[in-house]
Amino acid sequence: MNTFFQLFVSGLATGSIYALAAIGFTLLWQASQTINFAQGEFIMLPAFFVLAGTQFLGLSFPVAMAVAVVLSLLLLGLGFKRIIIDPLLPHGVLPIVIATIALGILMKEGVKQFYTAEALPFPALFSDRTLNVLGAAISVQDIAVLLIALGAVALLQLFLNGTKIGRCMQATAQNPNVAEILGVPVRRMILYTFLINAGLAFLASILISPIYLAKFSNGETLGLIAFIAAIVGGFNQIRGALAGGLLLGVIDNLSAAYVSAPYRSAVPLILLIIIILVRPQGLLGKAEGRTV
Amino acid sequence: MSKHTLATLVAGLAILILLPFTQSNYGVFVLCSWLVYSISAMGLNLTLGYAGQVSLAQASFMGIGAYTTALMTMAGVPWPAAMIAAMVLCFVIGFLLGYPALRVQHHFLAFITLAFNALVVLMLRNEEWLTGGTYGIVGIPRPELFGLQTQKPLAFYFFVLALFVLMAVALYAIIRSPWGRAFKALRENPIRANSLGVDIRKTTLLAFAIGSSYGGLAGSLLAQLTQFIDPHSFGLTISLKVLLMVIVGGAGFFFGPILGALLIVLAPEFLRFTEGYYLMIYATLVIVLMVFCPTGLLGLVERARTALKLRQNPNATTWEAGR
Repeated sequence: MNTFFQLFVSGLATGSIYALAAIGFTLLWQASQTINFAQGEFIMLPAFFVLAGTQFLGLSFPVAMAVAVVLSLLLLGLGFKRIIIDPLLPHGVLPIVIATIALGILMKEGVKQFYTAEALPFPALFSDRTLNVLGAAISVQDIAVLLIALGAVALLQLFLNGTKIGRCMQATAQNPNVAEILGVPVRRMILYTFLINAGLAFLASILISPIYLAKFSNGETLGLIAFIAAIVGGFNQIRGALAGGLLLGVIDNLSAAYVSAPYRSAVPLILLIIIILVRPQGLLGKAEGRTV
Repeated sequence: MSKHTLATLVAGLAILILLPFTQSNYGVFVLCSWLVYSISAMGLNLTLGYAGQVSLAQASFMGIGAYTTALMTMAGVPWPAAMIAAMVLCFVIGFLLGYPALRVQHHFLAFITLAFNALVVLMLRNEEWLTGGTYGIVGIPRPELFGLQTQKPLAFYFFVLALFVLMAVALYAIIRSPWGRAFKALRENPIRANSLGVDIRKTTLLAFAIGSSYGGLAGSLLAQLTQFIDPHSFGLTISLKVLLMVIVGGAGFFFGPILGALLIVLAPEFLRFTEGYYLMIYATLVIVLMVFCPTGLLGLVERARTALKLRQNPNATTWEAGR
């Protein structure tokens, strides 16, 4: 039982990071029908911004973090939207799928060629002590990660529901045409969504890199898990993506311990297929009406 | 089909017949893989370009076809039986996968096929007793035709070319048939097609299953071409590669996937001198192509043609000029 509890909590911690990725993913989908196949690489890259800042430019860790935030917002938010998504949006989903797949390859190979193919240690933000909770060893880092990620999601929810900009963003997501008529600057709202996605990716990156090390190929699994989490939870809901992320983190951890190792990675895939077949709108999602 | 097109086709076929004689063994191998991937991409084009369904599982069907052919021919089953079995199996699996999956469409189908592809690779890797695990299967025999061995590269090339032409003609017939027209009607406007009596689910299912069996045949040819298969050759990246062939060439154009396959198969050969930067250049080219020409190269040609006609006859509507 203690091991189960331990696995459960550390699963929640990684799951909350998956949730950050999944939420960014759903936000982009809602705001601009963008399926970002490079989402995993978006999470891989900011950690390397930080590492490059400390190693090559000799910046201190906090300064490097600040520089990395700005770079992430500029490149993964503004640049991504302006250079790739804007010209492709009028042509439907498929060209965006292809272009973001290519972008993912570009980012991955870029890090491999210009930085390193090795897995680099990333400074932990918190001590790796463990606490004894009811006989189970729970690491401080897991708790901190969980709290930060959930805090970020809560802030995001507050922003979306409680501020004028947030409500304008929701209106844009629901119906851009009507929002425009009502005077919402739709284009700027979509830009904010891309910036938020970049911010979430940065946060996920610095939270997950101390656990999994920073490596150019990290995005492959992360991206896939983010998709699965978003779909399992509900593609059109923030809390759906949150639930999906947490669920997948826990399932992933538990199946590593209790399911045969070779088929461990099959569990999320099978879950995905079952969910799509039984409840295509996701566990917490609302069915989207069919438009004629 | 106009006389003009027919002449171009005959000339193209003549080039395909004569070209390998000018090539080294390696050149013939590259040509063979182009034709094989073309068959696979033609199948995906039926699903994607004509029926409008995004599938990311084409490589898994190639894998199923390849392993079926390899296991059966190595167990002594004659190759025609093995290859037909590979196609039929892919058709059936495509049908079984598509039947529930096509209830949900568009991006959901993309994700379900993505998961399916990952599952197939996992099985190929883990079921060592059958598939040889990560070591794969070595020494797949090439077919023997009327007492003629196709062990030599040139002989095998003509075997592949014959099947390529056969499959292309079959596809053309399918697209021109009432079914094929139903596929297109579906892509353009599913609701209208439905109101005109097209059974949406049955039609897309059929397109998906036929497209999958094209993948199966391509896989069994690939197994005979390389005479070595492992799970890695049928991973998600290969599915994306086939998808890219269809998109780059021009989805929904008959010759789109063939042109796309040519570019994607040849690109590594031309970019070899760039060594480690190859994938980066490749990815950049794809992004640039998508940004400037999301309908693929043949789409670009079509656009230029329409523009030209409009200039010659400014009074024509775009619709008339596009015809």
